[in-house]
Amino acid sequence: MTWFWGAILFWLAALAFNIRTARRHGGERWAQMLIPALFGVTVLVLWEGMVRGLDVPSVILPAPSAIWDRITLSLPTLWEDFRQTILKGALSGYVIGCGAAILTAILVDRFPFLQRGLLPVGNFVAALPIVGIAPILVMWFGFDWQSKAAVVVVMVFFPVLVNTVAGLAATDRMQRDQMATWSASYGQSLLKLRLPAAMPFIFNGLKIATTLALIGAIVAEFFGSPIRGMGFRISTSVGQLALDMVWAEIAVAALAGSAFYGLVALIEKSVTFWHPSQRGRG
Amino acid sequence: MRSILPILTVLCAILVIWYGAAMKLNAAWTYDQAARAGTDPTFVDVINDTMAQERPVLPPPHQVAKGLWEGLTAQAITSKRSLVWHGWVTLSATLLGFAVGAGLGTALAIGIVHNRAMDLSVMPWAIASQTVPILAIAPMVIVVLASLGITGIVPKAIISAYLSFFPVLVGMVKGLRSPDGMQLDLLRTYNASTAATLWKLRLPSSMPYLFASLKVAIAASLVGTIVGELPAGATAGLGARLLSGSYYGQTVQIWSALFAAAGLAAALVVIVTLVERLVLRRMGVAR
Repeated sequence: MTWFWGAILFWLAALAFNIRTARRHGGERWAQMLIPALFGVTVLVLWEGMVRGLDVPSVILPAPSAIWDRITLSLPTLWEDFRQTILKGALSGYVIGCGAAILTAILVDRFPFLQRGLLPVGNFVAALPIVGIAPILVMWFGFDWQSKAAVVVVMVFFPVLVNTVAGLAATDRMQRDQMATWSASYGQSLLKLRLPAAMPFIFNGLKIATTLALIGAIVAEFFGSPIRGMGFRISTSVGQLALDMVWAEIAVAALAGSAFYGLVALIEKSVTFWHPSQRGRG
Repeated sequence: MRSILPILTVLCAILVIWYGAAMKLNAAWTYDQAARAGTDPTFVDVINDTMAQERPVLPPPHQVAKGLWEGLTAQAITSKRSLVWHGWVTLSATLLGFAVGAGLGTALAIGIVHNRAMDLSVMPWAIASQTVPILAIAPMVIVVLASLGITGIVPKAIISAYLSFFPVLVGMVKGLRSPDGMQLDLLRTYNASTAATLWKLRLPSSMPYLFASLKVAIAASLVGTIVGELPAGATAGLGARLLSGSYYGQTVQIWSALFAAAGLAAALVVIVTLVERLVLRRMGVAR
């Protein structure tokens, strides 16, 4: 019971500290980092305390320390799964899908007729449960990472397409007229005005697509995969009730997802440094 | 209305590409069969055969339409082969999860807007959680709850609630903060209580944000339910239909389940949009 009450006590202390700090130093930068960090630590402590104090069996909820042990013990397995799912499946699919979507958007942009037709369809498709095509693509492309990449391509294509088309329309009349008075060719005005102006929109699509890519790659593995990969490990470990392994994979997926998103956000920051949402920060 | 023609053109183009791809992909099987039978099929024979295989690599649109139509109407709606029944199983879990997720998201957003400590501690995590492939935990939730003796609609609804929770939370925090200083000051001069400010200013002005995030949330919660139906021998629902189709190579079944799911998603989004239009018009903010 010590664990249980200790966790509760820690929670109350952290809560009091957070409330006090938020009230006194809420506007300061260190407080804005410390408070969420302390909140995260509190959740972990409460979790550990509850699991130990209430003797929750590990087939229902393993303690964070047990998950950490599992992570450190099975690093090679995790790395192998990470390589199979994220590096091979998600990343290659992401690059192909986003590249294809941006190229399609540029093509579509030349023909207003196509644009008026494709945009509503694209918007509609972006709202559909596209993960459902996973079983079909696994049938077509086999069990290895190629089928996962194909699922990712289809999943990221429409959000990026819709955002890029919207971005290419983001320049106003005056700016386009300016390019025309300089007698800029289509290619010049695309490269020097419209693509740069579209960058904030494109990166918005690219950021949405990072999460979709990971989801696509992991869920596609539920439909069949070689004996490695994060989705495969999750579904088989669930079957063996080895929940610490499942949580370890989820921790890796969460870390990879945040890192991937952060990487795209960093690139965005250096590409769209001129945009109001990026200026005056940091 | 002037975009009807372009949309129809794009849809026709998709159909044409689909038929072409179906012929090309299914032809291999036809030639294979013909070689085994020792016959030499003419081009027309091949085309006819690719349009009507039992387990085509890519079923042509009319086969999918037929499968969908048979699934929807040919059986009694209580039959296990009826897509209406599977669709209802999925829909009920989606709606339950969506209601719970949207309700909790709104409640937490109200808390975050009124409490600085909560804002600072929860908000960064809520935003960070958007970058995490949450769906990966779906199989675990199902199995763990099953081992606790909870099966049926609740585990799926939990996954779908979890997925619809974050878009609503993030959207509502933005929406509840959307009244500007002038409006808030006006209410302060009226000596309005926090509750009255919430009820008469913050909630009404958050409506456009709420509906924008509800549209994202309902699509996400349908995906959540379908993925929740994949693992561990689920027998009912569109996700289970997809999985059993992929086990037995019944491509027509997969495609009809897929289109049923797409139709369901479209219908749900359209309903939310209609409600949005109605509410916003009543409130006088219609575009």
